[in-house]
Amino acid sequence: MKRLLLAGAAVASLLFASTSAFAADKLLNASYDVGRELFVAINKAFVEEHPGVTVDQSHAGTSKQARSIVEGLGADVVTFNQVPDIDFLVKNGYVAADWQKALPNNASPFYSLPSFLVRAGNPKNIRDWDDLVRDDVQVIFPNPKTSGNARYTYLAATAYAKEKFNNDEAKVKDFVGKIFAHVPVFDTGGRGATTTFAERGIGDVLITFESETQGIAREYGTDNYQPVTPSVSLLAEFPVAIVDKVAKEHGSEDLAKTYLDFLYTPKAQEIEAEYSLRVHDEAVAAKFKDKFPQVRLVTVEDVFGGWEKVQAEHFAEGGLLDQIYGNR
Amino acid sequence: MADPHIETYDPEHEATSAAITESRPARAVLMAIAFVFLALFLVLPLVVVFNQAFAKGLETYLTSLNDGDTLSAIRLTLIVAAISVPLNLVFGLAASWAIAKFEFKGKAFLTTLIDLPFSVSPVISGLVYVLLFGAQSALGPFLKAHGIEILFAVPGIVLATVFVTFPFVARELIPLMQEQGTGDEEAALSLGASGWQTFWYVTLPNIKWGLLYGVLLCNARAMGEFGAVSVVSGHIRGQTNTMPLHVEILYNEYNAVGAFAVASLLAGLALVTLVLKTVLEMRYGAEIAATRGH
Repeated sequence: MKRLLLAGAAVASLLFASTSAFAADKLLNASYDVGRELFVAINKAFVEEHPGVTVDQSHAGTSKQARSIVEGLGADVVTFNQVPDIDFLVKNGYVAADWQKALPNNASPFYSLPSFLVRAGNPKNIRDWDDLVRDDVQVIFPNPKTSGNARYTYLAATAYAKEKFNNDEAKVKDFVGKIFAHVPVFDTGGRGATTTFAERGIGDVLITFESETQGIAREYGTDNYQPVTPSVSLLAEFPVAIVDKVAKEHGSEDLAKTYLDFLYTPKAQEIEAEYSLRVHDEAVAAKFKDKFPQVRLVTVEDVFGGWEKVQAEHFAEGGLLDQIYGNR
Repeated sequence: MADPHIETYDPEHEATSAAITESRPARAVLMAIAFVFLALFLVLPLVVVFNQAFAKGLETYLTSLNDGDTLSAIRLTLIVAAISVPLNLVFGLAASWAIAKFEFKGKAFLTTLIDLPFSVSPVISGLVYVLLFGAQSALGPFLKAHGIEILFAVPGIVLATVFVTFPFVARELIPLMQEQGTGDEEAALSLGASGWQTFWYVTLPNIKWGLLYGVLLCNARAMGEFGAVSVVSGHIRGQTNTMPLHVEILYNEYNAVGAFAVASLLAGLALVTLVLKTVLEMRYGAEIAATRGH
């Protein structure tokens, strides 16, 4: 171990010794809680292209990250998994208001969607959202009051129902309410729900981000579970932005921009796809097309009129979610 | 926290103690309850931790520990404990000395203050420092202007840990010192010893076991603290990530072996603490009982 540390120190000193083309040679990326391995791989590739640069990573729930930045966490860039958490930074003057226009695809270099994981062989024959309201099906996802992951699930189910019942609010409520009624346990977060499904063996289908299913399969064995992609789901963006206020102080604006641009390069897109995130780069998407079955994705903007409206109508105290969750 | 003095063996009361006159079956039942409870809540989780850590073999276990982020988390945890435990040793000693040996106004208030970290949720303890040193606080702009990093850096983690572990040494020493009274010190002083000599040759030998016990508990908590540290850490891999925080992140990304490997190290540290304490008690049992008054 001592030798390893020494070797590490030698490598580090070499890295620091070499000069870099940027004003700052260090970047802190505040990211979401389950992205550590992805960004270890991405940062490695980035540093290979830009020797002399260090990218530090901070990982936690993105609402907590946003709050920490406002309290002084010196993150130059954020790579989140929820748009409202970057909006929080905009409100506090840390991120420019037009951040979504600064980079392609609404500043979301990769994306995912709420998808299904069923037990091997799909014994209950679960194919789509309609199957979740069947009385013999038990559904597992975390509590939408506490989990961002489950909010996507709730919105995806609602979006599907809105389309199916032509926006008939009573029928939509009834449909989503039925799905909720089939959830035997509401865990507080995605990880807890996975444990309930995989280790405690409860439920027939786990709903979580498609990007999570790979880690789950690796941990609990591919023989035991199989992914099922519904016909329609909700686009889950992974928004990125420069934290202008911090980057200006650090003089790291150039490096921050280069880093976020790098997330869109074929090299990075390939890494992202390997970590089960869908990407926009056509060549990479074609290469991984077997991994990502066809699905029609709708957006929060199109179906619900944007995140602020969702917040007010669905997630606010006494909102639609409360009505459904309370009537369970 | 349980008061350890309650368990002290006291021959004078033995004959009249109701517990000893309990019937055999009643005693057996009580003991069985205690053992089952211990097995369920202490031994079983420990077995699970080690079982999971070695679930994929020794090699995977070692590989997952020999990871840059993990090693730096271990290093940071040791650094934080190495700073906060000595600090609390000094604070705890000073506070209990003041409370036990002197009479002054506000003594009751001070005693209550010392207990505060036990009665406050650790998350709140962390938030206190965010409110105190955060960018939105009154101090924030000053710290920023002078380039002093407290929050989301090692000093913040140390502060939060010191706060949470503050009561351990003091709580251990106050009752002990109060029991012993000031007689020995008064004798030493009247024989011409200086204040420092009195402390070093009279007080310290009297309290050394209690002190050591307090330090061990303080250390265990300093290494294991999660809530308060999580709030002030900033979670920067390789820089401000302690072992308990690293366990969480590994577990969240479905790396159970890695998470439990780090957890097993933490559990191992706790076990070492426990064994140390037991060995000390076995070896110096009589002496410990003697210095604990009665």
